[in-house]
Amino acid sequence: MKLIILNDYDEASEWAAKYIRNKILLFKPGPNKYLTLGLPTGSTPLGCYKKLIEYYKNGEISFQYVKTFNMDEYVGLPRDHPESYHSFMWNNFFKHIDIRAENTHILDGNAADLQAECEAFEEKITAAGGIELFVGGIGPDGHIAFNEPGSSLVSRTRVKTLARDTIMANARFFDGDLAKVPTMALTVGVGTVMDAKEVMIIITGAHKAFALYKAIEEGVNHMWTVSAFQQHPRTVFVCDEDATLELRVKTVKYFKGETVYKSFTSSLFFVKNCCP
Amino acid sequence: MPSNNSVSAAPITQFINCRILRDHRLQREDLWVRDGRILDPEKLFFDELGYADEKVDCENSIIAPGFIDIQINGGYGIDFSKPSDDVDAGVSFVAKKILEHGVTSFCPTLVTSPPEVYHKVLPQITVRDGGAHGAGVLGFHLEGPFISAEKKGAHPEQFLRTFQPGGFQDLMETYGSLDGVAMVTLAPELSGSHAVVRELCQRGIKVSLGHSVADLSQAEEAVQHGASCITHLFNAMQPFHHRDPGIVGLLTSDKIAAGRTVFYGMIADGIHTNPAALRIAHRAHPSGLVLVTDAITAMGLPPGRHTLGQQVIEIQGLHAYVAGTKTLSGSIATMDMCVRHFRLASGCKVEEALEAASLHPAQALGISHRKGRLDYGLDADLVMLDDSLNIKATYISGQEVWRKGA
Repeated sequence: MKLIILNDYDEASEWAAKYIRNKILLFKPGPNKYLTLGLPTGSTPLGCYKKLIEYYKNGEISFQYVKTFNMDEYVGLPRDHPESYHSFMWNNFFKHIDIRAENTHILDGNAADLQAECEAFEEKITAAGGIELFVGGIGPDGHIAFNEPGSSLVSRTRVKTLARDTIMANARFFDGDLAKVPTMALTVGVGTVMDAKEVMIIITGAHKAFALYKAIEEGVNHMWTVSAFQQHPRTVFVCDEDATLELRVKTVKYFKGETVYKSFTSSLFFVKNCCP
Repeated sequence: MPSNNSVSAAPITQFINCRILRDHRLQREDLWVRDGRILDPEKLFFDELGYADEKVDCENSIIAPGFIDIQINGGYGIDFSKPSDDVDAGVSFVAKKILEHGVTSFCPTLVTSPPEVYHKVLPQITVRDGGAHGAGVLGFHLEGPFISAEKKGAHPEQFLRTFQPGGFQDLMETYGSLDGVAMVTLAPELSGSHAVVRELCQRGIKVSLGHSVADLSQAEEAVQHGASCITHLFNAMQPFHHRDPGIVGLLTSDKIAAGRTVFYGMIADGIHTNPAALRIAHRAHPSGLVLVTDAITAMGLPPGRHTLGQQVIEIQGLHAYVAGTKTLSGSIATMDMCVRHFRLASGCKVEEALEAASLHPAQALGISHRKGRLDYGLDADLVMLDDSLNIKATYISGQEVWRKGA
């Protein structure tokens, strides 16, 4: 893995956004060659989305030939509910850029047959040629998407019951009322994300520090599902100082020593030449 | 980029780079329009996989719902109360000119007139949508003749009437027909008014109290029977008194049923109401304030003498008097002037000033499900303004109908 440590949330967001931007530029997507991205929701990627919108508005990139697959969506929440992931993606990303609706894919938590919806989602990913870069976050309990502790590390897109930790973490979006928080969600599996050519996990804040420690300094364990990416050939963890608080000094020094990462991300040279 | 034709072939316009008035605040959001209505872009994206055919760069302008004037007697030499054979031409002429002031819908107002005039004028105008031809006509506002002699203002005394002996029947005979009437101003202290108020309300016509010497309890009774508005607050009514606030007391009355709002017209031209009085009213009951022009024939014309109803008036600067007196005859301020003046005099937020000219009149007329807001599904009647609230462009049903400098 590569562990990129930036000073704060804003720097981490910018680094991640530049990584995606450079990916688009290098890939040179066109009508016969779409770039597929996996996308997350939540507070962590907000800064990254803001920067990407800025790069689009500056004319640096276009999302016309980019396809996106979101990680998850709540079950039973109306699509136009302000807390649905459809609303999140529309308000925080899609409405500000030039992406076409037919190139975006978000699981439908109100589908009549949820299982069929999940299977169809997997088929759509396959039909799009697989995911080039899957961007994700990490929960305080080390989960990726809604693959809660105990999820199979080879799981596929399916319906999941949310863990209590997750429901409590989400309550702040539902007026602090636990009764209003959805209890189930559709989510891509750990295996689904592992299939991507490349994975980038953004982790910021001290409250995620323990999960990061479990994910990269301990073994691969289904109780901390992000640890599965230790077995992915190309994973980048982008974090801020606070997120490293539970790591060994040795680990942090090792990855910080590679200062070459920070200076090169602004140029295409890095992406082309420094990725194994 | 073409829009998706599966739901509608109508072109979609996206107003970008603007601040829109929505949910009582100015927000940095794009405004989407299709088929003359405000469109929900999120539904368009996810349901129809659609996008805009045309983008209009608003250059950081403010977009507000089009202004609605519920009391305007004429302008540019046109007098709505004058019984000509082609009233339509006059109304249409004014309708076109007021687009420049940001007015997208209005209620042509008739002052106290003899029955022959109502019988001649009323049938000539129908309620109609606005467009490039001019602002939409929402219906007549009949101010009089069932008003108080003592508070007649500029209205001709010889044509005032009471509800005796026939009540509503007398009203019908006076007006001839109530088709196309949106609002009636009357004095509730007139005997027999309660039944008339009820009957008008039952027919969907808004009753406004004005040109009256009613005390507060008479005004409250009228509201209980259905009256919901006050005509040009402070003018042509008993002055506020601390032991009998009169009609003005409705602003803070505790006898108004829950869920009902009493709306009050304010002529914020700097002349009809002292700014301190304007502020008192606004602070007492901000959500009921409706800006009206009460504009007369002379609005838009140079100084001099002109006709209003059955009388002659005289323009001196920004003042219009009954000729030979110091009685105010109506205003010659335009709606956008009123919005700017109101904001300055009251110190209110931009959002409040704009809502006083759009949302509140729409609510007063009971049409806020169609106009007065920039919410999805409502008519795309818009006004584009700069930060000083000068009008840059006016739109009706999503089509540009006036642009400054065009």
